[in-house]
Amino acid sequence: MKTHVSTTINGEAVEFLCQPRQSLLEILRDELSLTGCKEGCNNGNCGACTVILNGLPVDSCLVLAVEVEGANIETVEGVAQQRQLHPVQQCFLEGAALQCGICTPGFIMTSKALLEKHPAPDEEEIRFSLAGNLCRCTGYDKIVHAVQAAAESAPAPK
Amino acid sequence: MSTEFMTEHSTEYKVIGTRPVRHDGSDKVTGKAVYTDDLHLPNMAFGAFVRSPHAHAKIVSIDTSQAEDMPGVLATCTSADLPDPWDKVDDLGEGCVNYAHLSGNVLARGKALYKGHAVAAVVATDSHLAEEAASRIRVEYEPLPATTWVLDAMKEDAPLLHDDLITHTLDDAPAKPSNIESHIRFEKGNIEEGFAAADVIVEREFKTATVHQGYIEPHVSVASWNEDGRLKIWTATQGSFVVRQQMAALLKMPISQITIVPCEIGGGFGGKISVYEQPVAAVLSRKCGRPVKIIMRRDEVFEATGPTPGSFMRVKIGATKEGKLTAGEAWLAFDAGAFPGGVIGPGCMCVFSCYDLPNAAVDGFDVVLNKPKTQAYRAPGSTHVAFAAESVIDELAVQLDIDPIEFRLKNAAVEGTRRVDGPVYPRVGLVECLEAVKNSEHWKSTLSGPNRGRGVACGFWFNAGLKSSVTASVNPDGTVTLVEGSTDIGGTRTSIAMQLAETLGISAEDVIPQVADTDSVGFTDVTGGSRTTFATGLAAHEAALDIQRQMMERAAQIWECDTGDVEVREGVYRGNDESLTFSELALKADSVGEAIIGRGAVDPQVSTNAFAVHLVDVEVDPETGKVTILRYTASQDAGTAIHPSYVEGQIQGGSVQGIGWALNEEYFYDDDGHVRNASFLDYRMPTCYDVPMIETIIVEVPNPDHPYGVRGVGEVSIVPPPPAIASAIQRATGIRLTDLPMSPPKLWRAINNGE
Ligand code: FES
Ligand code: FES
Repeated sequence: MKTHVSTTINGEAVEFLCQPRQSLLEILRDELSLTGCKEGCNNGNCGACTVILNGLPVDSCLVLAVEVEGANIETVEGVAQQRQLHPVQQCFLEGAALQCGICTPGFIMTSKALLEKHPAPDEEEIRFSLAGNLCRCTGYDKIVHAVQAAAESAPAPK
Repeated sequence: MSTEFMTEHSTEYKVIGTRPVRHDGSDKVTGKAVYTDDLHLPNMAFGAFVRSPHAHAKIVSIDTSQAEDMPGVLATCTSADLPDPWDKVDDLGEGCVNYAHLSGNVLARGKALYKGHAVAAVVATDSHLAEEAASRIRVEYEPLPATTWVLDAMKEDAPLLHDDLITHTLDDAPAKPSNIESHIRFEKGNIEEGFAAADVIVEREFKTATVHQGYIEPHVSVASWNEDGRLKIWTATQGSFVVRQQMAALLKMPISQITIVPCEIGGGFGGKISVYEQPVAAVLSRKCGRPVKIIMRRDEVFEATGPTPGSFMRVKIGATKEGKLTAGEAWLAFDAGAFPGGVIGPGCMCVFSCYDLPNAAVDGFDVVLNKPKTQAYRAPGSTHVAFAAESVIDELAVQLDIDPIEFRLKNAAVEGTRRVDGPVYPRVGLVECLEAVKNSEHWKSTLSGPNRGRGVACGFWFNAGLKSSVTASVNPDGTVTLVEGSTDIGGTRTSIAMQLAETLGISAEDVIPQVADTDSVGFTDVTGGSRTTFATGLAAHEAALDIQRQMMERAAQIWECDTGDVEVREGVYRGNDESLTFSELALKADSVGEAIIGRGAVDPQVSTNAFAVHLVDVEVDPETGKVTILRYTASQDAGTAIHPSYVEGQIQGGSVQGIGWALNEEYFYDDDGHVRNASFLDYRMPTCYDVPMIETIIVEVPNPDHPYGVRGVGEVSIVPPPPAIASAIQRATGIRLTDLPMSPPKLWRAINNGE
């Protein structure tokens, strides 16, 4: 009835059991207590649940947990390293790029994935890449500025 | 940063006006912050709703037996499990509620009044099971005719929602029930004479579609009704105390038996004040003896919570050749959703609020129909009426061939202007906002190219005062712990802490703010009405003064002098030829006496009167009817900007919500009264690819009713975008749209019919 899945999450080997109908979001939040990724719609339209799966930002509510066998997953909990905020996190903080903060983990993950691929995106590329993440509070201005600042502040790690 | 300031306050502040990192920021960028859905209590069970598939139907029977027989299902509930409600109206700070209606909205009684109306609920050991069990609850309905457009609902032969609804009116009470809850009328001067004195009169009709607040976090609660009779609820709410108040009334229990724990909240905009799932989670918890979590699906959020009214409006305004307004008349019908008590009141008060209009009359109607009960949405009612009134004002400016900013400057509300509903403005900043836009680089730039146009519009919102409480304790290391009752939706922990810090002469980082549950702090009204930084900030200022007084006493005791001989400036205490900084004194004070605890409790009964003026450049694609926002500038009177980044953020966020309302957002209803686009895919809110940077101009005309001049900034920014964009589209195409949203199909049709 339940499937056994082995993955790597934030650099650590993780195993879990899941039902075929359970999404990766549900497993992360409810089984593995990684509640940093949020549920805004559960059908792929808000991006609050974004994680990085094998290097690509994905809506974890649209990924079935059974599909991640052998995958490498990054969640917001693994972004700060050695108690140091990632430049994207630092720039979101300093640039006031969050209000309620429910969308923030998703934006952090999408922005991090973007900067790893394109260390110096222009405004158009940033807006295009973040268009799958909804924020109802900020009007996006400070989010785009924060990503610009992160791109300028440091070459994306790794 | 693109921000400009136009500042009138002269005082030099140390903390106010700076941009510290918010206290809860680190937790929110690392995923550590705890929102309600992040809670997993021991032995927690999960609830799910059964909702009406009909827009209007008699509930003949509900059979829960099949669901209850399923293994893992713990309990079910219907409206029969809620006490008979009191027919009592209560003030929730940002609007009133009738508990009989609220109870009937939480779980339908006898009739389902809109598609998605909750009819029953079930709790099970896991959430999938709960959903399955909900589908096995059999409800027999007798469908009734439904209505979802306000003018249809007002007709004599419209299907009646409530048999006992008799219109409240200044005229004689009607003999028969209808869907019209109330008829409001405001008058000022003599409109016949006013229109007779006009050289030009413009009268237009407007429509707006139902839109949703669109917070990204769905409604969610965890309730635990324990064996000792105490009920504890963790929930996403704008006001923990008003949730307590509603729970006590709906469940008929003493407030002291209920604790509300506000978790971090993922947006509200007015939509997270009324209770929905909280009482149901509580009842299910009582029945099954476990903590119960209910989270709404996104389609449930769209179909059963929020939204803001759809409306029909007729506005007529007259002016002289010289550009002086002579009279205005408005006829406004707002839907309230399935239960009375929408936002027509503020709509009527706001319609002419930006102008010194000598003669005016406003008629407003609150109308029930088969949609979810409407709720406040950021400056509730004001956006609707601004779309109508500002569009007419703009058309007058065009007809009179007067620059739209000059025309507004000639007629702008100023100190002493009496609004149509009576109040006279104290010092307000509308003229300054208009001047700021007029002097902006954006306004002075030329916009050229085909299909492009520029629009400008004003907006007003009252901004509330209401009750707020804080306590603050001095720590021996010179920091201050601040406990407050206002839930923090967008950085208010910091804007409140900064006012305490300013008053005490310490840094923002030396304040440790914390949002407390309802047992741990005094009554505090909702985070809404743009009131939190103003009123809870005022309470923090009071608490700081209380601390300062105690610190002076303690210094006198240490220095063995009279308290009157102790002085304090910028956090340094002096007396008897000695001096101590705040933190030095805090350490000493700790060793010579009791703890130093400040309290602040306020209830300012004022409006702080926020005005905004927005400027927008658009380009219309005549092939598709799509409108692209090329450039956007928003000016707003903040009184005093405590944390300018978060002031800009409020302005930008509201502007983009207003852009969404203007161009795309709407509930699509089919002939059966069903919403056909209850998802974020089909209910199209702006993404970051749809908007440009939002340039902000913070105007600071200090509020005379606040020690630091704060006016509050949350709401008014949503008001000007629809009319500003309508006017820009008019300049681009020659077509004035009067129907929101101004979506591509509508504009395309208008262009191609040559309207
Ligand atoms: S929760 Fe996954 S996209 Fe919205
Ligand atoms: S900060 Fe609230 S949704 Fe983005």
